[in-house]
Amino acid sequence: MSEESLNNPNISLAALKAGDRAEFARLVDATSNHIYRLALKILRDPQDAEDVLQETYIKALRALPEFEGRSSLSTWLYRIAVNEALMGLRKRRLNLVPVDEDPEEEDAHPGMVLTDWCCLPEDELLSAESRQRLDQAVDELPETLRVVFMLRDMEGLSIRETAEMLGLTETAVKTRLLRARLNLRNQLSLYYAERLTEKSSE
Amino acid sequence: MTEICNCKGLASTISEYIDGELPPELCAELEKHMSECENCTIVVNTMRKTIDLYKQPEPTNPLPDEIKSRLYTRLHLEDYLNK
Repeated sequence: MSEESLNNPNISLAALKAGDRAEFARLVDATSNHIYRLALKILRDPQDAEDVLQETYIKALRALPEFEGRSSLSTWLYRIAVNEALMGLRKRRLNLVPVDEDPEEEDAHPGMVLTDWCCLPEDELLSAESRQRLDQAVDELPETLRVVFMLRDMEGLSIRETAEMLGLTETAVKTRLLRARLNLRNQLSLYYAERLTEKSSE
Repeated sequence: MTEICNCKGLASTISEYIDGELPPELCAELEKHMSECENCTIVVNTMRKTIDLYKQPEPTNPLPDEIKSRLYTRLHLEDYLNK
């Protein structure tokens, strides 16, 4: 997605700052679905995601007087939402402490599945069932890897932005990203290899 | 049967290679290796495809009505709920 894809139909910052409720409602209408989906992806719990959704706008309203418009309104809102969601994760005491090296580093490069499934047609790669398998593979990643992969590859943040958002070094982000990508590539390879076998036996 | 690749030196560089962030010398080294190693070419291609697939936008469902309703109530925007 990336913050740019937040639907942003020319909301007037001046009107928002002046306390225009109708303008605020337009902002909420244009951005709430995206923010909810983002929170749901990070937290994987509908109730927690709804809390983040509500808190994001409450925090935004409170911070609005200090917002100078150096970034776009949607980028600003997006950052508040990601921070809220990450805080939700921390509240659940999940391990997001900044570390440069993970203890399981030695196992970072497991053997790799070698099936070339790139030739599968796009509608098969992204069928409803395949999408479900993609979601499941991300869900099964360890928290530390999942959040990095989500922000960088699914949300389109840069390495530096991801590092800032998570309070990690860029090196740590790269290490985690690599491990997440290797893991997902392997999971998808196992799945699509089966699809290829099924196809060839049809 | 599933083949397994163990070209260890490669694994740590492919992620940055795919992002176009690998220093030129390492990039050249990796590309030379790939021209000789079919397995590593598959790993790079399938990893690139994996990332591509995750970048595809999901079909979007609207925000569920009850969640929208609770949000608007919490924000005192009830008057705008059905506009």
